[in-house]
Amino acid sequence: MNREELFEKIQEIFRDIFDNENLKIEESTNSSDIDDWDSLNHINLVVAIESEIKIKFNFDELSTLKDVGAMMDLILKKIN
Amino acid sequence: MVELLNYPFDSSMIHRKCNRIRNELMKGAFTNEIKVAVLGGSTTNQLVKIIELFLLKEGFLVSFYESEYNKYYEDAAFDNQTLLDFKPDFIYIHTTHHNITEYSSLKATNEEIEIIFENQISKFSSIWNSLEKYNCPIIQNNFDLPLNRSLGNLDSYQPHGQTYFLNKLNHFFAKEAQKNKSLYINDINYLSALFGLNNWHNKNIWFTAKYAISYEAIPTLANNIVGIIKSILGRSKKCLVLDLDNTCWGGVIGDDGLNGIKLGNESAQGEAYLTFQAYVNKLRERGIILAVCSKNNHEIAKEGFTHSDSILKFEDFTSFKANWDPKYLNIENIANEINIGLDSIVFMDDNPVERNIVQSQLPSVSVPEIGDDILNFIDYIERNNYFEVVNLSNDDLNRNKFYKENIIRKKQKAAFENYDQFLLSLKMNAEIKPFSNVYLDRITQLINKTNQFNLTTKRYKLIEVEKISKNEMFITLYGKLTDKFGDNGLTSVMFGKITNKTCVIDTWLMSCRVLKRDMEFAMFNKFVEKCLSKNLNKIIGIYKRTAKNNMVSNLFSDLGFEYVKEKSDGSIIWELKIKNYNSIVNKININ
Repeated sequence: MNREELFEKIQEIFRDIFDNENLKIEESTNSSDIDDWDSLNHINLVVAIESEIKIKFNFDELSTLKDVGAMMDLILKKIN
Repeated sequence: MVELLNYPFDSSMIHRKCNRIRNELMKGAFTNEIKVAVLGGSTTNQLVKIIELFLLKEGFLVSFYESEYNKYYEDAAFDNQTLLDFKPDFIYIHTTHHNITEYSSLKATNEEIEIIFENQISKFSSIWNSLEKYNCPIIQNNFDLPLNRSLGNLDSYQPHGQTYFLNKLNHFFAKEAQKNKSLYINDINYLSALFGLNNWHNKNIWFTAKYAISYEAIPTLANNIVGIIKSILGRSKKCLVLDLDNTCWGGVIGDDGLNGIKLGNESAQGEAYLTFQAYVNKLRERGIILAVCSKNNHEIAKEGFTHSDSILKFEDFTSFKANWDPKYLNIENIANEINIGLDSIVFMDDNPVERNIVQSQLPSVSVPEIGDDILNFIDYIERNNYFEVVNLSNDDLNRNKFYKENIIRKKQKAAFENYDQFLLSLKMNAEIKPFSNVYLDRITQLINKTNQFNLTTKRYKLIEVEKISKNEMFITLYGKLTDKFGDNGLTSVMFGKITNKTCVIDTWLMSCRVLKRDMEFAMFNKFVEKCLSKNLNKIIGIYKRTAKNNMVSNLFSDLGFEYVKEKSDGSIIWELKIKNYNSIVNKININ
């Protein structure tokens, strides 16, 4: 999976979790950009990504997931 | 998207699409609102969201009280004005093995172990006692087992073992729930076994977010809780309608013949169908009505149940439709014949085309997508919680007999010149008395599920009925009817509240299986008698129209009540001066 394909998947997950079909994220999008991105929805995001991409994050990694770009970096590192 | 909430659950999709499913469900119309307090011993946010989905799907608009993280004990055991103001209809206590804070050390003596056990017991007992003031059902988790067991196998049988300790607590919870009528156990011990502890627990989500169970298990847990709520509210299904070929046996009886169908211990497949029949028979024994709806020749279809290995017999089915008409028409006929709503029916058919037609023509019938593999059929019935039951009354155990007897009565009726003669021939005897403790379960059950002969369709919980039965200001009556064919059981309930020489009939209902037997007149005569003995001079009747209770719209007028007015909420008020009432003659003997 390349970065563009991954971005599409992540975008869909964000749209589902935040219940907004038109939501457009960017690599720099972080929790201060989306109102509902609180700690509870953060877990929902992580769980959804884990199940969609079939990966697992460990403790240390969870704290590095600050924005969309960082998430993608980590995911790509894990799957490639 | 709502279909995601049917078994088997795709947990990750349910979580991911949770908000979208909710939006879709919120477009529906809701006639019922309920309030649920969730007192958690761990994080409950996502659990509450998923519980909401399952309740919305059942037509309940729900509001929640959610305790702060791990504040279940404080919320329950101490005064809590917010919770009092909230007035919960249900309290759910989400505790797990993580909430057992103290186990015995390996050096503890038997006495010391006993003290630790007593401490845990008294903690939970004090929670349940304290919650009594909310007058509502309490749904309490029992305990799941931890993922690890430091004593290995010994953990399960040595008094110091955690497994041993938790099993003992579970046993205590079960005993308490047998005694305490408002305590219902949510059996997570079973659910976690069903899931496998490896999947039920998720250490990552426990340590990072304090969810005591995995995300994967949340939908199953939520569905289980909602199953209990549904059952308490009388929303469980009543009737299972079965297809025959490749559902009750393997093969096609019309082609393969009686000896060609697969049923019995000779083949793996035959044994699987036999197991399915045995399960269905267990449902029947606890009061689920069975019916057949099959595209078949009637005589040939019937012959299938004469198979020497068949557990189900032709007589076990209250209604048997084997013909070539569309199945949705047959199912409508079944509903009319048995006198139940379409929303009380579950239809099982291995043929996806038939399922689809029935589901699209009769959207209120439950048609699980069971596939065509007999191995999965039982799971589809069970895990969708269609027939969840929270207590077993004698009436449940005898229900099929009642319906059977009714069919014989119908046949007899045809032989009489007029209806009065028929009624007379039945030699009916009724017992009509004030509520008594042994019948409160059954009375509550009737109050919550009777729709047609029901003047006000008010629902009450067991604990409320119990209070009414003890309150001097209420006149309460139950009615049991027997006749020469058998005992119809407790089928009629009415009660009214006394204010200023007047009794207002709050609730009056009767099970459909004793319709047109004059039982309502016998009940009312007795009710008037009770009013007279208390020197009352007036009875107020209320008729509140629903989609299902048209049959009693003229009842008060027939009894000689005078119309007073129609209130803004649509209920019609009737009034009867007792001195003007002449007892209505009927054919029922009062014991």
